[in-house]
Amino acid sequence: MLETLPPDGIRLHDLTKAFGPVQAVRGIDLAVAPGEIVALLGPNGAGKSTTVDLLLGLAQPDAGEAAIFGRSPRQAIDEGIVGAMLQSGGLLRELSVRELIAMVGSLFPHALPVQEVLDLCGIGELADRRTHKLSGGESQRVRFALAIVSDPDLLVLDEPTVAMDVGARNAFWTAMRAFAARGKTVLFATHYLEEADAWADRIVLMARGRIVADGATTEIKAKVGRRTVRFTLADADLDRLGALPGVAQAEHHGGSVLLTCSDADAALRALVAAEPTAADFEVRGAGLEAAFLELTADEPEVDQPAPTLDAPEVVR
Amino acid sequence: MNRQALTYARYEVLRTFRNTRFFIFSLVFPVVLYLLIAGPNRHEKVSGIPLPLYFMTGMAAFGTMMAIVSTGGRIAAERQVGWNRQLRLTPLRPSAYFSAKVLCGYGLAAVSILVLYALGIGFGVHLSARAWLTMTGLILVGLVPFAALGIAVGHLVSTDSMGPAMGGITSLLALLGGVWGPIAEHGFLHDLSQAIPSYWLVQAGKVALEGHAWPMKGWVVIGIWSLVLGRVAAWSYRRDTARA
Repeated sequence: MLETLPPDGIRLHDLTKAFGPVQAVRGIDLAVAPGEIVALLGPNGAGKSTTVDLLLGLAQPDAGEAAIFGRSPRQAIDEGIVGAMLQSGGLLRELSVRELIAMVGSLFPHALPVQEVLDLCGIGELADRRTHKLSGGESQRVRFALAIVSDPDLLVLDEPTVAMDVGARNAFWTAMRAFAARGKTVLFATHYLEEADAWADRIVLMARGRIVADGATTEIKAKVGRRTVRFTLADADLDRLGALPGVAQAEHHGGSVLLTCSDADAALRALVAAEPTAADFEVRGAGLEAAFLELTADEPEVDQPAPTLDAPEVVR
Repeated sequence: MNRQALTYARYEVLRTFRNTRFFIFSLVFPVVLYLLIAGPNRHEKVSGIPLPLYFMTGMAAFGTMMAIVSTGGRIAAERQVGWNRQLRLTPLRPSAYFSAKVLCGYGLAAVSILVLYALGIGFGVHLSARAWLTMTGLILVGLVPFAALGIAVGHLVSTDSMGPAMGGITSLLALLGGVWGPIAEHGFLHDLSQAIPSYWLVQAGKVALEGHAWPMKGWVVIGIWSLVLGRVAAWSYRRDTARA
């Protein structure tokens, strides 16, 4: 019987949300098993934060529903089985870090001891500091502490490392892993492919309000980790170039030719052999934006702007 | 109140009294004004009432009104940093959050009242125990619409414009309510001021002189303003949360 199975950590069914004329989320279906660590990967404006808000009940869907361990978001929050770190958020002033964690913890039915939370997040030395005297990175770690103080089974993190430098990032993900190792389910939104690759077991790719790919980290990485080869060639025959091994697509790009490659090394070898007059080679990572555009290229809708292209974000 | 509400209220009180600047400013202003006005004129009368008593209640009205409405500034500041969203991820209900805020506003108001009473007694204010209690009770009831006003302002005004908005609203309500002396003895302005809740806050002292409560009109005005501003506060909160 289906009913006797333990419920999914997260189940989103046909989740839809519009803000005025903008369709932020267009029918999302997603199931996350207990214990999974899942990255919700996508460029800015893909609908990740809206999906997180709908999952947590911070926004109401126009259609569809979200469930956390078989419960409504509100019920899950009341039982303390979901904790979340939102993208933006300050801390309450006029309290010490210890007091703030104790206060938030006392709102929940089965909170972790404050000292345990401090240790887990590596913020023991901040315990007696007032919250308004923390640096940006320190505040983020305290916000992480607030997310786990209820000892949740599901942890939701919305772009948690955006304001952090490299050192703080590593410390943060190490703390996340330590908490996840207690058998927790984790969903985190990010627009860094490398973060998703390093810390998730599974990647859910979002673009323009839809899930465009969903699979094991290695699988998705191969899909979006494409590279391009750019070169100059007089009278280039795009059909011939497109048929070279390792080449997915060939196109004119200004005065040069641009090959999008599934295997750039093979493509380059074949290209040099086939076109001795080709010159000015340039090989680069296609970047997440380009990969998303390609994955969503077959979408007929043009009713909203594509993810920002003019200033492509560097995938770190 | 449930357990969560009590916990939150306890920390809210702690935070309010830790914010010394906020605490001092909400107390100092009415106290200094009272000393300046009532000190040199302690034998004068306003509308037949000894000036130290009239201005004691005037300043109590002003001070408590500011203390309660300034709750809005704290709500706006917490909203700005997203603390309201953080709280929605806890079992704490919005009603408990607002109760804690109002409770703190009343706590500040109570301190303000006690300091002014002490000064008033120093300036020769004599009232029966019953008059003191009636006056205090009426002030506390008269603050209800201002508590709702504070919550509404906290959701409708951004922290950038909070200073002028708060100063403007409280000054205007104080002036029209007769904090600085009756605005008019009869005519349109008199009628207008009687329709404003701050008028009845100031009147709390006047009617208490004989140990009476407000006339029916006072109860009706305070009741209607409480209902209307309570609705506005609830609406402003819902509007704010829907925007998420």
